[in-house]
Amino acid sequence: MIKDKIITKGLNLHYGTNHALKDVDMSIKEKAITAFIGPSGCGKSTFLKTLNRMNDLVPGVVIEGSVILDGENIYDPRVDTTLLRKKIGMVFQQPNPFPMSIYDNVAYGPRIHGIKSKAKLDEIVEQSLIGAALFDEVKDRLKKSALGLSGGQQQRLCIARALAVEPEVLLMDEPTSALDPISTLKIEDLMSELKDKYTVAIVTHNMQQAARISDYTAFFLVGEVVEFAATDTLFTRPVDKRTEDYITGRFG
Amino acid sequence: MTARLSFEYELNVLKENLKEMGQLIEAAIEKTLKAFETQDEVLSKDIIQGDRTINDIEKTIESRCLSLILKQQPVARDLRIVTTALKVVTDMERIGDHAADIAELIIREKRQPIYNLAKHIPEMGRVAKEMVHDAVQAFTSLNMEDAKEIIKRDDVVDDLFDKVKEEVASLLRSSSEHVDQCVDILMIAKYFERIGDHAVNICEWTEFRETGSVNNIRIL
Repeated sequence: MIKDKIITKGLNLHYGTNHALKDVDMSIKEKAITAFIGPSGCGKSTFLKTLNRMNDLVPGVVIEGSVILDGENIYDPRVDTTLLRKKIGMVFQQPNPFPMSIYDNVAYGPRIHGIKSKAKLDEIVEQSLIGAALFDEVKDRLKKSALGLSGGQQQRLCIARALAVEPEVLLMDEPTSALDPISTLKIEDLMSELKDKYTVAIVTHNMQQAARISDYTAFFLVGEVVEFAATDTLFTRPVDKRTEDYITGRFG
Repeated sequence: MTARLSFEYELNVLKENLKEMGQLIEAAIEKTLKAFETQDEVLSKDIIQGDRTINDIEKTIESRCLSLILKQQPVARDLRIVTTALKVVTDMERIGDHAADIAELIIREKRQPIYNLAKHIPEMGRVAKEMVHDAVQAFTSLNMEDAKEIIKRDDVVDDLFDKVKEEVASLLRSSSEHVDQCVDILMIAKYFERIGDHAVNICEWTEFRETGSVNNIRIL
């Protein structure tokens, strides 16, 4: 029996008058990849961001319902969002390394969380870069600027940076949409490895990518989850006609 | 409500190709039955010639399916439509082959009416022909209920094959006069029996295309 890592219940989100998420009930399985697909503006990225409270910062946002991580509601006022985001890391569409060395990018998080020992930081940086399948490519230039890396390498650096604080969940918002096909496949391979240790949730516009890498897929439409199922099922025998229309490209 | 006009167009062409191939094999088996009953050599040659057209259209359909998979990456129902087409053309092509195989035997035996020797063959041919006709109809009209019913008729063909076998065995026991013809008759019967099997397969692919399963076994 696969454990639920995150459960959302009656999740509603309003940006002012825009009702962006409507009664979303979902369970995200532990150590599996869950993909969110749907047309632009359907709420999939908004939903992803509610999972580590990134939407809290948006002016005028109202969030109702609950997001339960390992049995605790992350919207409880007592929750420390810094610690929450340590547990639930995020990787964005555009690789966004800090303008500093490769080493410092990865060490940034652990330092903030109080690790000072050079030996310990060295170990974390190496392990995180290995975990993000980047170490061999950068081991001889760790002190060089991260901005000199290719787009695909920068994105894997961002993944390494997220891994450095030992998260339990990784949220990825279209992590390969700005990358070339080879870099995309490297990140996809990496994601398949990451799921042995982490719970991964990914927003993607690339349906073949969702079909290739994810274990579960949710189809969003105008703020609602139309269908949520094992990826194999959703891409072969979707139940809802709207899902079928979308995945087969008949969505007008 | 479609955003894939060229894909839709390609799928429609595929559907038309399958329909055309279905009509060709139906015509082939009808001619085969007639040629067998009348020992018509000209018609038999026509069947053999026609088999080439069936082979050509099989290749056309296969090529179209592979191109669709490459360029359109179909999923869900679209994927079942394309994979079904790839599978079903093999069965259709075999039906065409067997019709041509029978036609060749008819030409070989034209001076010695063989249909009198095994009286169950014409009936066997008729049932097989109807199975093919109905299977093609069920396939092109997406009728899964009909497909299931047609599958059951294969038992009739199998029973008739057993009867032909008995007839042939009894002929061989009674005299050695018709040994060659007996062998040919048995082969003709076997071809009709195989045609029935391929009609069953067409029905099973019809079921797969609608459900993703064959005989309740999930394939996709």
